[in-house]
Amino acid sequence: MIAYLGRRFSVLLVILFGSSFILYNLAAVSGDPLEGLRGSLDPKAKATMASLTRNLNLNVPPPARYFIWLKGIFGVFTGHINFGNTRTGEAVTTDLSHAIPTTIRLILMATVIAIVLGIAFGIVSALRQYSRFDYAMTFVAFLMYSLPIFWVAVLLKQYLAIGFNNFLEKPTIPLPVIIVSSLISGLFWGAVIGGERRKVQMIFASATLVTAAMTTFLSVTKWFGDPGLGPIMIFGLGVGIAFTVTFISTGLTNRPALKASLAMAVIGLALYYPNQWLFKKHSGTGLIILMAVATLLIAALVGRGFAKIDRRPVMRTSMITAFLIGILTFADRLMQNWIPYSSSDAINGRPVPTIGEANTLLDSGNYWFTTLDTVMHLLLPTIALTLISFAAYIRYSRGTLLEVLNQDYIRTARAKGLTERTVIMRHAFRNTLIPLTTIIVVDFASIIGGAIITERVFGWRGMGTLFNTAITSFDLNLLMGVFFVTSSLAVLANLAADLLYSALDPRIRVVGK
Amino acid sequence: MFGRKRKSVEQDIATPVDISTKEVEGLSQGQLVRRRFFRHRGAVISMIILSAVIIFVFSALDEKLGPFKYHGWWKYKFTDQPDLSGAGCPNGILGCPTLHVIPSFLGGKHFGMGEHPFGQDDIGRDYFSLVMRGAQRSLLVMFIIGAVGGIIGTVIGAISGFYRGWIDAVLMRFTDFIITIPTIIIGSVVGYHFGNLGVTFLAFYLGLFAWTGLSRLVRGEFLTLREREFVDAARVAGAGDRRIIFKHILPNAMGVIIVSVTLIMSGAILLETALSYLGFGVVAPDVSLGLLISNYQDSFTTRPWLFWYPGLFIVMIALSVNFIGDGLRDAFDPRQRRRISRKERSANSKSGGN
Repeated sequence: MIAYLGRRFSVLLVILFGSSFILYNLAAVSGDPLEGLRGSLDPKAKATMASLTRNLNLNVPPPARYFIWLKGIFGVFTGHINFGNTRTGEAVTTDLSHAIPTTIRLILMATVIAIVLGIAFGIVSALRQYSRFDYAMTFVAFLMYSLPIFWVAVLLKQYLAIGFNNFLEKPTIPLPVIIVSSLISGLFWGAVIGGERRKVQMIFASATLVTAAMTTFLSVTKWFGDPGLGPIMIFGLGVGIAFTVTFISTGLTNRPALKASLAMAVIGLALYYPNQWLFKKHSGTGLIILMAVATLLIAALVGRGFAKIDRRPVMRTSMITAFLIGILTFADRLMQNWIPYSSSDAINGRPVPTIGEANTLLDSGNYWFTTLDTVMHLLLPTIALTLISFAAYIRYSRGTLLEVLNQDYIRTARAKGLTERTVIMRHAFRNTLIPLTTIIVVDFASIIGGAIITERVFGWRGMGTLFNTAITSFDLNLLMGVFFVTSSLAVLANLAADLLYSALDPRIRVVGK
Repeated sequence: MFGRKRKSVEQDIATPVDISTKEVEGLSQGQLVRRRFFRHRGAVISMIILSAVIIFVFSALDEKLGPFKYHGWWKYKFTDQPDLSGAGCPNGILGCPTLHVIPSFLGGKHFGMGEHPFGQDDIGRDYFSLVMRGAQRSLLVMFIIGAVGGIIGTVIGAISGFYRGWIDAVLMRFTDFIITIPTIIIGSVVGYHFGNLGVTFLAFYLGLFAWTGLSRLVRGEFLTLREREFVDAARVAGAGDRRIIFKHILPNAMGVIIVSVTLIMSGAILLETALSYLGFGVVAPDVSLGLLISNYQDSFTTRPWLFWYPGLFIVMIALSVNFIGDGLRDAFDPRQRRRISRKERSANSKSGGN
């Protein structure tokens, strides 16, 4: 294994070396960093040119200059990595260390949501192959592929952000919206669950009615003006989550799993007020992480307690349920701060921002305010990135699941009388995950590249901004810094994908005997 | 078995088995592919739409091809600056679109293009001709990148798959180098410095870096095809390397190539618009769809048409190319069988077949 990793890493270094050499020379040849200064009549221009030439070694021809740059990179082995200086004399490393967290924050949530939604829709689409739902999903996926993100972003800013802010001034949902959204929800659930004509009609009717009732309730109570869940709602949703998670994870026939998940909903209710007290007393990221760990531990213990044999599925189910209920509790606490947040001077009743990564006018001492602010600023970019990238996952997961469903072992599984849920989730879905993992890991690196445009549209100051500056001002070191981070991530992701592949699929061995 | 076969000749459709055997009955590869492609409804519709868009867009404006001069059917050039007119616009906004698509008998105004169907921009230029020009540029970039990337990718993939050994190792390492650099980075570096040379050059240079994925696929295809018996047969018959590559292997790898060239093209149009949006692509005074969106995104609240029309054209072009690519992939995939629709199956079970 170590020999294999060593071999892979050396190949990886060679590739990084080659691609950085190509890009360095390409960028150096195609632009002159002193161009703006050459024609300048400013008496200081000569001195500036001289100092720039000295600082950036511009008198060395590009192929040789590349090796000066490379020497700095090799400092990674001695602990002093040096990406060189920008034109303004700052170290590229400091710029990068500010930019990388911003970019990661921007894309992380979007990637997770895109993966979950994409796989879910892809699976349903494959199970209902050649149905109307399938065709609709195919069309949606292709449409999303074809949308330029900057165009979507402007639309989102206009209709979602500004529209929602206007709506919040008088948060009652108009009747046509209620009717249309209920019908859409009915059609959607009818198509997703499918089955006999009568069953579809039943599902359509009930989904429509439920959605209509819920939206009317939200409208009448002006929920969006003062959102909140409260203990009762958390409990209700928790029971729903418990049933859904158990159904997907182990099947409702697994009584211990169902009991354990329901117990988690009860515990969530019981701990509601103690949690509020905790939130009030010591708020902060540390506490949230601690509470998440505690939640998972409790869930594991409860799951263990309920299960007599075969403990792992039960523990898994109760942990997923607990985690989701935990998120609900956290969201509830955020919602409690909604009114003070949105009516504060910095926000002034228009809480959905169209630009920037944080509101600088906001009181940064309040943990809940800053978290809510981050969430609101992440909202639009996350939706835009999700829309663009989840289309690919729909197609991938649909394609792979269809391929797996044609395998003989699926027929065997059906023939021996397993339930459809077991066949799909245990036999088919797990095998689809193998090729999907590869794609997801490799994709993550390319999303960073795509974030360059997103950052520009939404005015975030991450890697994309650095990249823009680098290109427009011919700042070679800065450009190479951005490139180095993105492509190292890309090749590392490739390596990780290969290793994951072999871990997931026992037939594949990366290490020859 | 024999009886069933005869039945399938008599009846149009009998059993699933017969449908699939009927499909391969005496048809050439090309005919099979064409049939499967034309069965893909989305792809066919997209093909019609794309051809219509291409003809519409390229015939609209005056065009000069060397000594030939062609007069477009649209009255304005994209460089013209007629006076801003506010006739019929709400709230005193100037230069609103005059396109009406709802005919009068349906309660609309009338069907017609009017003076400025897509409105005018802030200095009075006719937006319809700007969008037409932008779409021309974007289509041109798409085709050039597709052609350049397709040719380079095919050649490199073919050489390295056919000769293997050290040639393959060198070429594939080189491909790895290029593939590691994110497209948007290399596109921006190239685009920012070659954008002012004109759209054709820009597209050509972008195409120089667009071949990597294709060359890997072609290499894989060549690696398997070169071991097949027909290649040995050709070699025994005395065919040279070049003849084997072009006459024997390449036609068999055509499916992979065509499909991934369409994918390159659909990526290319989004790449061009993204680069132009960032300011690293097509530069003024020329226009492209991405540049138009980038220029007018801030005027969305007051004059949304400046934003809608270029976007609609991008989506229309990219969507049709994607659908055509999907149709081609289905058509070239030998595992693809015609699906037997529920109607046929039920008709079949009623007629007594199993």
